[in-house]
Amino acid sequence: MEINLQEIVFYVVAAFIAVCSVLAVTTGRLLRAATYLLFVLFGTAAIYGLLGYTFLGAVQLMVYAGGIVVLYVFSILLTRSDKDMRDKISKPKLVSVVLTTLVGCALILFLIFTNGFVLDAIPQGVELNVKEIGMALIGGDKYEYVLPFELLSVLLLACMIGGVLIARKR
Amino acid sequence: MNQSFLDYYNLEPLLVRIHEALCSVMPEWLALTLEGVVVGVIIIALYAVLAIVLIYMERKVCAAFQCRIGPNRVGGKGGTLQVFADVLKILTKEIIALKNSDKFLYNLAPYLVILASFLTFSCLPWNNGAQILHMNIGIFFVLAASSIGILGILLAGWGSNSKYTLIGAVRSGAMLISYELSIGITVLSMVVMSGTMDIHGIVMSQADGWNIFKGHIPAIAAFVVFLIAGNAEANRGPFDLAEAEQELTAGYHTEYSGMHFGFFYLAEYLNLFITSGIAATLFLGGWMPLHIAGLDGFNAVMDYIPGIVWFMGKTFLVVFLLMWVRWTFPRLRIDQVLTFEWKYLMPLALVILIVMTVCKVYGLVF
Repeated sequence: MEINLQEIVFYVVAAFIAVCSVLAVTTGRLLRAATYLLFVLFGTAAIYGLLGYTFLGAVQLMVYAGGIVVLYVFSILLTRSDKDMRDKISKPKLVSVVLTTLVGCALILFLIFTNGFVLDAIPQGVELNVKEIGMALIGGDKYEYVLPFELLSVLLLACMIGGVLIARKR
Repeated sequence: MNQSFLDYYNLEPLLVRIHEALCSVMPEWLALTLEGVVVGVIIIALYAVLAIVLIYMERKVCAAFQCRIGPNRVGGKGGTLQVFADVLKILTKEIIALKNSDKFLYNLAPYLVILASFLTFSCLPWNNGAQILHMNIGIFFVLAASSIGILGILLAGWGSNSKYTLIGAVRSGAMLISYELSIGITVLSMVVMSGTMDIHGIVMSQADGWNIFKGHIPAIAAFVVFLIAGNAEANRGPFDLAEAEQELTAGYHTEYSGMHFGFFYLAEYLNLFITSGIAATLFLGGWMPLHIAGLDGFNAVMDYIPGIVWFMGKTFLVVFLLMWVRWTFPRLRIDQVLTFEWKYLMPLALVILIVMTVCKVYGLVF
């Protein structure tokens, strides 16, 4: 089996993502969990970059790594809630967690093995043009996304008004 | 217009020839890896050298504004070896581990800051054909990568487990998040003007005149807003609340020693350089030579100056402007900083974006 550079990088990044995801949920401290989550997001951005979706990769960095995780860290710092959070888990809870995990694993494995990996689905090394992305985002035809785009902006506006309402002085 | 001057110092044919020569003696993946390692070493070396130059420049400029001489003992005339001596000294210092702090986050934070700095540093257009990270969303990637640095600062403040560092980190986090908006919007208005996000493309679009001349009023206003916000992003000048020596000892890096402190210090100076480099790219034409319409002899002479000299010259000009600001204005309070951004700078940036778009649509820019 021939392995090229891109595949090696892919496997390294994938292993990195898997390890960091496990660490993010097993660590007892909230701030460490946020940091591992940040690494997972870096890895995802790297995979987007590897596929040639540099725009998506940069958005991933900007919105998730630079925005969401910063907000998480900020709120943890301001509320000082970074205590050791390793609680005792009761037996029925543990059983249900294991069962859910197994079902989820089975579902994903079933999907993967019935469909198989699609090789060379993406032309390697070709970057998607920003102009095309922009046109697709604000176009009204088939496979164009003006409606979700605008709906999301309404959602964000609602969030902002809600935030102001909660934070305002009476 | 004759554009043959673009090829005088084009490095691309040379680099392509090197790549082909390497590929003829080894498999391509090995050649790519080797080239990656060499380029990485060059970036790191350049980073260190520029930091030394910038620190020396800062000390001299600061001294000039305060009517002093500055470093003048070490290394003969002008104290040129002072910074080298400082660097050697900092390399020999012990890196202290704190009790009762989160060691993992404490040790991770400087590397996050320096990572963000390296990623943005590699996007600068040094010369024709010498862009290192070249993608068609270049300038957007710069904005995205620079936001990683904020996390490093926040984690440093938390990881040190001290009230000064925590206050410094939260302050600077709030400030950096706010000023990122102004930077993003002004960059967007220049992207509107150039019609591309590719850094190489932005430079190429200025072959017939720098953006600050082509975009006249909105471009000059955008330049000023970019410099103010960029100064805040680099944690300097009137915006150095994160450190605020008199109130917080040294802000978020109070508890760091040795090379970990050195990383924060390096990143601060290089972020200044990167901000200036991006400003030079967006507004002053990157490595494009200066042309004045009508003066053909003058233009021809300018064309023979290599791109790297132009880029460095413009960048250091902007660096000097920012240092001038830093040593002239007193520090703002945190509420003043945030009021300034949200009530004045960001609305202004939005107006600039609209004016620039209108100018572009109606062909009012050159």
